[in-house]
Amino acid sequence: MTGSVSFTYDHRNFSLPSRPTDDPERSQILAALEDQDTTVVLDDPLQNTMILNMGPQHPATHGVLRLLIKLDGETVLAAVPELGYLHRGYEKIAEASTYHEFIPHTDRLDYLSPLSNNVAYVLAVEKLAGIEIPRRAKFIRVLVCEMARIASHLVAVGSMAMDVGALTVLLWTFREREKLLDIYDVLCGARFTTSYTRIGGLQQDWTDQCTAMLKTFLDHFGADLAEVESLLQHNRIFIDRCENVGRISREDAIAWGLTGPLLRAAGVPRDLRRDVPYLVYPELDFSVITFPESDALARFYVRMAEMRESAGMLRQALEKLPSGPYNAFETKRVLPQKEKTYTKMEELIHDFMLINLGIDPPVGEVYHAVESSKGELGFYIVSDGTGHPWRMKIRSPSTCNLSTLPIMLKGGMVSDIVAVIGSLDPVMGEADK
Amino acid sequence: MSHPVVERINALLPGSVLSSEEFRGDLTLVLKREALVHVCETLKADPQLAYDMVIDVTAVDRYLPEGRFEVVYHVYSLQHKRYLRLKVRVEEQDPVIPTVTGVWAGADWHERETFDMFGIQFSGHPDLRRLYMPEEFEYHPLRKDFPLMGIPDSLPLPRR
Repeated sequence: MTGSVSFTYDHRNFSLPSRPTDDPERSQILAALEDQDTTVVLDDPLQNTMILNMGPQHPATHGVLRLLIKLDGETVLAAVPELGYLHRGYEKIAEASTYHEFIPHTDRLDYLSPLSNNVAYVLAVEKLAGIEIPRRAKFIRVLVCEMARIASHLVAVGSMAMDVGALTVLLWTFREREKLLDIYDVLCGARFTTSYTRIGGLQQDWTDQCTAMLKTFLDHFGADLAEVESLLQHNRIFIDRCENVGRISREDAIAWGLTGPLLRAAGVPRDLRRDVPYLVYPELDFSVITFPESDALARFYVRMAEMRESAGMLRQALEKLPSGPYNAFETKRVLPQKEKTYTKMEELIHDFMLINLGIDPPVGEVYHAVESSKGELGFYIVSDGTGHPWRMKIRSPSTCNLSTLPIMLKGGMVSDIVAVIGSLDPVMGEADK
Repeated sequence: MSHPVVERINALLPGSVLSSEEFRGDLTLVLKREALVHVCETLKADPQLAYDMVIDVTAVDRYLPEGRFEVVYHVYSLQHKRYLRLKVRVEEQDPVIPTVTGVWAGADWHERETFDMFGIQFSGHPDLRRLYMPEEFEYHPLRKDFPLMGIPDSLPLPRR
């Protein structure tokens, strides 16, 4: 036996309840059952360990994650995640495309919250180029980021509940998410691959229709979320399968670079929106949710509370949303509005130059990170002064979060694996890049 | 350059920082390769610095005859809420650099990815395998001499 976990099985004296019976045949069977020879006694039934392959095509791995698991009976001795099944070489593609051309690729990173990826990417490029965006654009970006967080957390909560056996939750959270996707549709013409942001601004303005739709959504969201929570809050199966499952210590969580809800569920109050503020987050009132337990259940509660916080931030941002331009007035670096491209000579020239040659940021390198729904999403851009990045590194939260899977799974049971992966909420598009 | 972080490191470990610069508020230190692990240990342990999280490890292929690769580390201090970028130059002929997994365990996968994409060897790494590309792949895709469209037949199809 190679594993560190060993089992010793004691004699268990099964005494079947004696029932008054007159049937001689029946009493004969009962007597036989109580006989020593028919009682199975094993000192150690697990003489060997087993390697189990899980994925890359497995419904509980949320995409194409592959896990190699070393099992002793039902206990996980070790787990090795294997990545790369969705590797598309985005960092290489970025080196061959202009800064604008890369925006649609950011949709495909964390495909559950494309809008916050769009925002994260253009914020990094704007930091490099030194472009200051108008106040209205900042508020709209906060709005879309928080909408993306709610949409992503809804999927996280729903699929985690589904993985541990509560299918209804998934249907209800997807119903809520659908309302947000409808707002995306009105806002930018797409439900999933939004590509909403532009360098120095946005693709199009936030409209009154979006405000009305978002207000309707927010009016019902609190009650709808409470409904979802009521399915799980006192659900014995859900709590038993998530409590004390997939634990990681606070020290390990910091050392392994966990970010986002996972780190906050380990009791570390790190939120880039507050700690390294960007956009207009300092003007909004919100609290950073932490839970000390650091198990799958704590991560569920962190996500539920964060959705409520985000809803509150959306309300505040809607109230404070100023009027004004939504694109920076920098004709050499910010794309002109489409209607002007078609009707004005100057704008047509700028459009042509920007699309073909790209913006020319100065030589230098920047790192900018935002708090996306999964954790810290950062872009490290090295510029050589041309329209293409010399090197772009995507610091994706899912990769770092997945690297702690061996710690979280060790010592648990096979059935815990799906609960842990569900609580981790990895998106392989982002983890594999 | 006078920056409190640079001054502190220079006071604790004189001679280990080759140069430092600040661009758009990002502080970058260029370190000696030999001094890397020692600097990282100090960065983590010293209470005035307290860089306790490794956010990212990657590399940049400068495609220069001398000092071709730069290994780049981003670290973060939970206490002081600030980032720091460290850089170490590595030659093409000798692409070896000591691992920092002993300081920050989270550098593990980042270093594997850097090895996968650039072929930089992290000496002392507990499990230096490729992270994304298949094990039998011969190239390092993010090097500048690797073509964007890939190399034909470099990824053999599974046998039928």
